[in-house]
Amino acid sequence: MSNDSQWENNIQGDNNMIEMKDVYKKYPNGVTAANGINVHIEQGEFVYVVGPSGAGKSTFIKMMYREEKATTGTIKVNGVDLSKLKNKNVPIFRRNIGVVFQDFKLLNSISVYDNVAFALEVIEEHPTTIRKRVLETLELVGLKHKARMLPTELSGGEQQRVSIARSIVNSPKVVIADEPTGNLDPETSWGIMKILEEINLRGTTVVMATHNKEIVNKNKHRVIAIEGGKIARDQQKGDYGYES
Amino acid sequence: MKARTFRRHVKESFKSLGRNSWMTVASVSSVTVTLLLVGVFFVIMMNLNSVATSIEEDVEIRVHIDVAANDEDREVLKQQIGGITQVDSIEFSPKEEELDSLIDSFGEEGQAFKLVEQENPLKDVFVVKTKNPTDTINVAKKIESFNYVSSVKYGQGTVESLFKFIDISRNVGLILIIGLLFTAMFLISNTIKITIMARRREIEIMRLVGATNSFIRWPFFLEGLWLGILGSIIPITVVSLAYYYLFDLIQSKLAANNFIKLLEFNPFVFQLSAVLVLIGALIGIWGSLMSVRKFLKV
Repeated sequence: MSNDSQWENNIQGDNNMIEMKDVYKKYPNGVTAANGINVHIEQGEFVYVVGPSGAGKSTFIKMMYREEKATTGTIKVNGVDLSKLKNKNVPIFRRNIGVVFQDFKLLNSISVYDNVAFALEVIEEHPTTIRKRVLETLELVGLKHKARMLPTELSGGEQQRVSIARSIVNSPKVVIADEPTGNLDPETSWGIMKILEEINLRGTTVVMATHNKEIVNKNKHRVIAIEGGKIARDQQKGDYGYES
Repeated sequence: MKARTFRRHVKESFKSLGRNSWMTVASVSSVTVTLLLVGVFFVIMMNLNSVATSIEEDVEIRVHIDVAANDEDREVLKQQIGGITQVDSIEFSPKEEELDSLIDSFGEEGQAFKLVEQENPLKDVFVVKTKNPTDTINVAKKIESFNYVSSVKYGQGTVESLFKFIDISRNVGLILIIGLLFTAMFLISNTIKITIMARRREIEIMRLVGATNSFIRWPFFLEGLWLGILGSIIPITVVSLAYYYLFDLIQSKLAANNFIKLLEFNPFVFQLSAVLVLIGALIGIWGSLMSVRKFLKV
């Protein structure tokens, strides 16, 4: 209980959802993936993270949900100072963050419904609440009728929608998506974008790393370009800005 | 933890046994093989131990009382012997009784001794038993020094080597069982490790959606428990049946040797079953928790 109350105190009243100050990340193999990053992302924003492969996009994203720790500098997400976050509190921190991956990361041995319900079971929600919220969320992503199927019986786009449903079912304040359309064809990608826009309209911050030029240029949002571990460009309603 | 969370863990642990059915078979088989070995060994060890104990309990000190001693001297001697802390019981056997049992031991031919009954050459005897059989030698030496003790007999020489033999065989058995258990733990933790490698993804996703380590550990803990219990079923059945049928067979062959007695089927087999289930459960849980541990570090 004392941990929980400490937790509440950490959450501040300002509008900063994600804040990075002089963040450096050097991997043990000598690669510097973050080379002095300063950034503010406010609550309710939709942000694209773009840049060439190997420029540090992935590390930038991973540091936000504490998959990677910054070597120096401070990162605050949802008011929590990640450099001071103890390992055992990482799971609790992640309950306020939805993460979506390129490879979906679904459990293929259990149904679509169970995959989404999983995120609520781990936080010991009441079964009635779980049922209600899972069905609502599956409806939002348009998969209510496939709730009993296994992920392997769905198309790639549908699997990604399950993954998004799982990431938002416990109403996180921020959804972090790492190349969510990377494995999908253009048409399916637009379907995924529609859902992410919808989530954003409901007030959730969305941070999305992407290589999809068409999407970035058409659905205009803030663009942060990362090159050589630094922020090369930070532009409201920006363009993709690269060739491919 | 909430009751329904616990129910979820139980349900989840059963489901996952089914989902990873091949790994379940592999783990259960390795528990089965080990417990079968442990079970057979345990039966042999416990029976040897019980035989050894009954042999030890037959060891007694016979204190021959000097003929010159009168009733009062004898009483003093009895109190002196009773004063030794390791002494458990003292029984007085008058020389007439001694002669009777000697004559009995000769059977038919012994009847010839009836004639000499008037002039009994034997002495009165105190039969002394010690609380712990291994104290026999020390106690005997003490008694020898008392007044009116003509001689002290406890099977000098034989008893010393008997105790030594029993001691060695007990230690060897214990070392073998411990060695076997370690091998078992190694075997099982490796098997479970393989099953968990395959479930890395599951653990990764659980962590991702905010499951605490203890939440992740519970189903694995229970799964290890079930694996251990499942693995003990065949060994218990086999060893119990074997003991049931071999008991009569061996016992009848040993009947001539009246001091060797096997442990009774009931309660021994039930104690054995409890021990095997317990060992199975412990190594199952241990193996399971050991292998999940490395995936829980952030």
